[in-house]
Amino acid sequence: MTANVTIRIQEADFDVGQEIAALSKGRTDIGAVVSFSGICRGTEGNHSIAALTLEHYPGMAEAEIARHAEAAMARWPLLALTIVHRVGRIAAGDNIVLVLTTSSHRQAAFEAAEFLMDYLKTNAPFWKREESADGTSWVEARHHDDDATARWTKS
Amino acid sequence: MKVKYFAWVRERIGKAEETVEPPASVRTVDDLIGWLARRGETYAHAFETPKVIRAAIDHAHVQPDTMIAGAREIAFFPPMTGG
Repeated sequence: MTANVTIRIQEADFDVGQEIAALSKGRTDIGAVVSFSGICRGTEGNHSIAALTLEHYPGMAEAEIARHAEAAMARWPLLALTIVHRVGRIAAGDNIVLVLTTSSHRQAAFEAAEFLMDYLKTNAPFWKREESADGTSWVEARHHDDDATARWTKS
Repeated sequence: MKVKYFAWVRERIGKAEETVEPPASVRTVDDLIGWLARRGETYAHAFETPKVIRAAIDHAHVQPDTMIAGAREIAFFPPMTGG
C-alpha cells in the first residue's frame, strides 16, 4: 500500500493549503486532490448560532476514522489521505473538519471524499452542542445523514 | 468493567465514567442498559429511550444483542453528530 494516511483530532484550527502541500510534497504520482472542509454555520433554520462545542470519545474516534480510511483505500485507488477533526469550542465561520483525498484521477478522489464524510457524520463518535441566544442544546442526528451513509452499502 | 458516557447521556447521569460489576444475569448490551437504568433516577432519565442509545465495546460499535463478556470498556452515547 503506497497510500499514506494522516488522521488528527485537535483543538487547533487547520490550514487547508498547508495540509494539501504536506500531502503532495515530493510526489509526482498524484493527479487529483479533493478537499472537503466542514464549517460551523452561523444559522440553523431561523435561529442564529454563536458557536458549537464538539465532544469526542478519545481512542474510539481515532480508531473509527482509521477503519473508514482503510475501507476507502480498499475501495478506491487512493494515494494519500488526510482527515482532521477539531474538538472543543468552534465559533461560527470556523473550520470543523477537513478531508483530503488524492488519487491519479479525479473520480476516485471525489467519491472517496464523499464516502469518508458520510461515514464520519454517522459513525465517528463526535457530538455537537450548539450555542444560541436561547442557551445551549445538543444537536440532533439527522435521518438524511443515515440515508447518505446507507447508499455506500447498496449495489 | 469500565463504563463511559458521552454527550447528553453523560450529562443526565452526571458522570463521564465509572466501574461497574453487573451480575452474571446481565449478558448483553441491552441487559446492561436495563440494569444501569435501575441504578437511580439520573440513570433512568439517561436510558429512558433505549432504542436511541448507541453502544461501543472496546472502541468498536456494537448492537444491543452483543454479549458483553470479556469487555474492558463499554461506552453509551446518543447518535453521533460530528463531521
